[in-house]
Amino acid sequence: MLKSKSLNLDDSDSAGCRTRSGFGRLRAWRRVALLVSPWLVLLLIWSAIRMVSDKYAGLIPSISSVLGQGYELLLDGTLASHWAASTLRVLGGVTLGVLLAIPAGFALGWYAGARRVMTPVLNFFRALPPIALIPLMIVYFGIGEPAKILVLVYAAFFTSVVVLYEGISRIQPIYINVARTLGASERELFVRVILPLALPHVLTASRVALGVGWMTLVASELISAQQGLGSMIQIAASYFQLETIYLGLFSIGFTAMLMDFLLVRLSARLVGWQEQVK
Amino acid sequence: MMTSEREIQFRNVSVRYAGAPNDGWVVRNVSLDLGRGEFVSLIGPSGCGKTTLLKLAAGMSTPTQGSVTLGSQPITAPGPERGVVFQEYGVFPWLSVRGNIEFGLTLAANRRDAAERAVIVDKYLALMGLGDFRDALPNTLSGGMRQRVALARAYAVNPEFLLMDEPFGALDAQTRLVMHDLLLDLQRQEEKSVLLITHSVDEALYLSSKIVLVSARPARITEIIEVPFAYPRDESVRATSEFVRLHAHLRARVMAEYAQQQREDIANTLHPENR
Ligand SMILES: Nc1ncnc2c1ncn2[C@@H]1O[C@H](COP(=O)(O)OP(=O)(O)OP(=O)(O)O)[C@@H](O)[C@H]1O
Ligand SMILES: [Mg+2]
Repeated sequence: MLKSKSLNLDDSDSAGCRTRSGFGRLRAWRRVALLVSPWLVLLLIWSAIRMVSDKYAGLIPSISSVLGQGYELLLDGTLASHWAASTLRVLGGVTLGVLLAIPAGFALGWYAGARRVMTPVLNFFRALPPIALIPLMIVYFGIGEPAKILVLVYAAFFTSVVVLYEGISRIQPIYINVARTLGASERELFVRVILPLALPHVLTASRVALGVGWMTLVASELISAQQGLGSMIQIAASYFQLETIYLGLFSIGFTAMLMDFLLVRLSARLVGWQEQVK
Repeated sequence: MMTSEREIQFRNVSVRYAGAPNDGWVVRNVSLDLGRGEFVSLIGPSGCGKTTLLKLAAGMSTPTQGSVTLGSQPITAPGPERGVVFQEYGVFPWLSVRGNIEFGLTLAANRRDAAERAVIVDKYLALMGLGDFRDALPNTLSGGMRQRVALARAYAVNPEFLLMDEPFGALDAQTRLVMHDLLLDLQRQEEKSVLLITHSVDEALYLSSKIVLVSARPARITEIIEVPFAYPRDESVRATSEFVRLHAHLRARVMAEYAQQQREDIANTLHPENR
C-alpha cells in the first residue's frame, strides 16, 4: 500500500483526498514514475533476452528496429490506415453488440424466469470461440466487412449481456420501494431509478466487451481483410517481418489500453456516486 | 392543511412467510388503528415482525389473513399519501442531498415547479441541518446525515401518513434527542399521522400519543398505552413522575418480550428441527 505518511506530501489536494486512493495523493512526478516503471522493466527484460544469445537476437527484433519500422509505416500512412480500419471495426462491432445486449440484459435482469431459461443458452454461445465461427460466417455472410463486424458483435453481445443481467438482477429493491412510496409510476421508476442504477453495469459491460473486441479483432480479420492491424500482422507473418508483427501487437495493446482508460474516466464522471472499495 | 379523517386500519391481520420459524407465522391477529393526527409507536423485540407490519401499511405487501385498509379501501400498493422512512434509509446514491429531497416533487404524482421545489428543499435542508451539504453526494455523508436526508425526502411530498422504521436508529444519543424535538416541531407545523417503529422506550414515550407493545414472534399486540402528555411537549415532560412511572412500566414489559424472543431465537438455532 502507498498510504504511508511519507508519501503523502501533496499540498495541492490533500484537503480533498478523503476518498482518493494512495496513488491519487502522490506528487505528479512520482505518479508518472510509478506508471512508467513496469514498462521500463519490460523493455529491460526484452533487451536482456536479446543479449543472452545470438539465436534469441535473431528471433526478437530490437526495440529500435521496431520503432524504426513504426516510423516508416507512419510516414507512408499504412500504419494509420490499418489502425483506423481496426479501430473502426472494434468500435462499430462493440457498440452494436452492447446496444443489442442492453435490452436483452434488462429483460433477463428483471425477469428471473427468463434468466433461468436463457442462462444455459447464453453460456453455450458464449463459450464458442469467435475464431471457430469464422468458417460459418464466411459461408453465410461472405468475406466482406459485414462478416468481420458480425464476429465482433457476436463476441461483444455475449460477454456484455451476462455482465448486464448479473448487475441489473442485483439492483437493491429498497430504491424501488422508496421511489414507489414517493409516488413514482412504473415509467418514472424505470427512467429515474432503474436506469441510473443500471448505468454502472452498462459501463462495466462496455469495458469488458471492448477488451474482448480487441481480442477478437485478429480473428475477424482472418476473413480476408486487406486493411487492419490483424491483417497487417498476418501478412507480415508470411514474410517473416518480425518488426511489423511486434508493431501490430503494440498498436493493438496501446489502443485497447487508451480506450479502457477513456472509459474508466467516463465512468468516474458518470457513476462516481458509487461507494467504492478503495 | 389536509384534514381528511381517513384512518389506516389493521383488522385481524396475520402474515406468514414460507420458511420462517413458528410454522411461518410472523404476525398473528393484529388489529390496530392509525387515526388522524395520531402518533403511534410500535415497540417489540428484533425480528418480531414490526417491519412486516409497516410494509403492510406502506402497501409493499398484503396480509395472509385479515385486512389493512385506508379509509375503508384495502391497501394494495404504495402511495404518495403514505410517506415511508425505511430502516435502511434508501437514500439514492446517484443524487445529491437536494436531488434526494426533491425527488418526490419531480414525479407526476406530486409535481411542483422549480421555484416551489426550491422553497421546500431549502426549508428541509435548514430544518435537518443539512444546508452545507445541499450538493453533496450520499457517499460523502455520515449515517446520521443520510437518515436525515431520508426523513426530509419523505416530508417533502407532504404525506398524510408517515411510516417510519427506526428512523433514528443510526443516530448517537444526543442527536437523537435533537431529532425528537425537531420531529415534535414538525408535527406542530404540519400534523401527520405517524407510525413509528422504535426500540427506545424513551423515544416512544416522548413522541407518541399511543404506544403499542408487540410480542416476540409471531407479532401480537400485548398492550396499548395511551400516553397522557399533551402536545406541544418539551424536555420537561421527561422529568415528570408520570413519565418516569410509565418508562419503568414499559421497560419491564419490553425487556420481558425481548428476553423471550432471544430465548426462542437461541432455541431455534440450537434445535432447528423444532421450528
Ligand atoms: N421476505 C421474507 N421472507 C421470509 N421471512 C421473512 C421475510 N421478511 C421478514 N421475514 C421474517 O419475519 C420476521 C420479522 O421480520 P421483520 O423485519 O418484520 O422484523 P422486525 O421486527 O422489523 O425486526 P428489527 O427490529 O430487527 O428490524 C423475521 O423472523 C424475518 O426473518
Ligand atoms: Mg425492522
